[in-house]
Amino acid sequence: MLTYITRRLATGLLMLVALSMLVFILLRLAPGDPISAYINPNVAMSQAEMDALRARLGLDQPLPIQYLAWLRAAASGDLGFSIQRNGVKVLPLVLERIGPTVLLMVAGLAIAIVVGIAAGIVTAVQRNSATDIGFSIAAFFGISSPAFLTAILGLYLFSVVLRWSPSGGMLTPGAPFSIGDLLAHLVLPACLLSIGHAALIMRYMRASLLEVLNQDYVRTARAKGVKEFWVIMKHAVRNALLPVVTLIGSTIGIAVGGAIFIESVFNWPGMGLLLINAVDTRDYPVIMGATLIIGACVIVVNLLTDIAYAAIDPRIQVA
Amino acid sequence: MHTAPVLDISSLRTVFRIGGRQVAAVQDLDLTIAPGETLALVGESGSGKSVTSLSIMGLLPRKVGQVTEGSILFRGKSGQVQDLTRLDDEGLRRIRGNDIAMVFQEPMTSLNPVYTIGEQIAEPMRIHLGCSHRKAAAAAIKLLEDVGIPDPERRAGQYPHELSGGMRQRATIAMALSCDPVLLIADEPTTALDVTIQAQILDLLQKLQDERGMGILFVTHNLGVVAEIADRVAVMYAGRIVETGTVADVFTHPRHPYTVGLMRSVPRLGEATELRRRGIPLPTIAGSVPSLVHLPTGCSFAPRCPLAIDACRAGVPPLYETGNGRKSRCIRWQEV
Repeated sequence: MLTYITRRLATGLLMLVALSMLVFILLRLAPGDPISAYINPNVAMSQAEMDALRARLGLDQPLPIQYLAWLRAAASGDLGFSIQRNGVKVLPLVLERIGPTVLLMVAGLAIAIVVGIAAGIVTAVQRNSATDIGFSIAAFFGISSPAFLTAILGLYLFSVVLRWSPSGGMLTPGAPFSIGDLLAHLVLPACLLSIGHAALIMRYMRASLLEVLNQDYVRTARAKGVKEFWVIMKHAVRNALLPVVTLIGSTIGIAVGGAIFIESVFNWPGMGLLLINAVDTRDYPVIMGATLIIGACVIVVNLLTDIAYAAIDPRIQVA
Repeated sequence: MHTAPVLDISSLRTVFRIGGRQVAAVQDLDLTIAPGETLALVGESGSGKSVTSLSIMGLLPRKVGQVTEGSILFRGKSGQVQDLTRLDDEGLRRIRGNDIAMVFQEPMTSLNPVYTIGEQIAEPMRIHLGCSHRKAAAAAIKLLEDVGIPDPERRAGQYPHELSGGMRQRATIAMALSCDPVLLIADEPTTALDVTIQAQILDLLQKLQDERGMGILFVTHNLGVVAEIADRVAVMYAGRIVETGTVADVFTHPRHPYTVGLMRSVPRLGEATELRRRGIPLPTIAGSVPSLVHLPTGCSFAPRCPLAIDACRAGVPPLYETGNGRKSRCIRWQEV
């Protein structure tokens, strides 16, 4: 088990290096650089002054040298300084944003998992009923609506029209911190983030459970006189969860993308908002740092999913 | 045997709704099983033998299959006789796994892959007998020992995939016997196993029956197995019983042309090689099992029967008493 985790973490590290290389190359292929976003367009600057600025930031060096310099520093835990924020260190900048993002994503995924699995069980057990058809139509819309659309529609409906929820931010400015205030701000964005995932999990859970309900061991459970409720919940659901756990693990990366949209619509002070601002201003070190940390989180969560998989299915040997 | 039967089915009719029409998978079915007796229900695929066992258990696929006529009188552990066709879901559930237990064909798939063997054997005892977790777990280990599994403590903690096919079938038998049922329904329990393991499982079932005195309904298509384990045999064809009697009587003097055909179709080692040497194909029954949707009028077997005459196609023959408690659904039984 321990060797397995070590090996997975080692491959994860290699993946992070590959990821950083990819992001680094993509960034340099994109038009514009930090200087063009950095300079004040109202102040005249000569080409020589701009070249000097680039040289000071090392942007005039060949790409491999720039990358290796970044990698060497990153390996020692130094992710450099933000270009746009006048020398604020990237690592603390990113770390202070992780909390809100993790909070939003965990809340969104928890809602998606609970709602998706429950709805999947109900629709599978009552297949072809009105409930099943209703949920299936809702899931169809859930899967087909992109996060930026549901975020804006949700914000308009629940915050502007119905006034059930604050329209943005994580806490009421100036008010003393309270859990209730945090939850009031969290509920709407987390629910909106969960929509697509809940719909996807529901579809998988329904299909998986329908298949399991036809298995011989479910008939065996009924032949033993197990109550129908426990036939479903004990004998069928645990087997049906296996493909769903895989799905949940692989959608976490996608959830990061959704969280970035939600964060920018709801002004949620997380990594997504930081990343969008950094991309706008071509703040290379911040983009690199943020993607690296997000990548690391996704790799760790995928590892946790695989461990959970082994816990549910005794046939899987994690080794 | 003078003891009251544990199971007494009369005029059972089970229908399936297929695409708006009703198809009788089982009809005019009468059978009884006495305590300690083994009745073999024999027939080809689609003859209705598995539907009969699912009808008794109340495990027909919901919305599709349904018992529409007849009664299934069952005398449970308490001695009380109930008609299983009139019980509600909860009443049937209390009987399943407790008074009547079932062993299925595929030991590979009939055990739940995510629970240990011990847990699956202990479950019925917790449900029906109100055993505590600890007591049921200890009883499960004892049962594994009874069905001849070596090192039962270790096996109880293992998952189905860690056991061989024969071991798993022993475990499902242990599970079926956990609440000491008065009736065991074994639906092709040896079909998926190697021949040597088959013989072991049959011996085991007989030993357990001698010890516990339960009645066994043994569903199979294998006449060799019938000869080995059953006291009486009922041959099914296209949803009806066509011949019943003691195994000795039916096997030595079959009174229905279908039974004759079935017995001829069993290859015997010596004969089969002899036929092969002379280039003669193995004997089979001409034609194939009729579709239940388009049953021929009259005797269902008439289209394949070498003895068929016009009178056979006039109406479904009744079961004729042919002496010594035997019955045959053939109007020409005396000539068979």
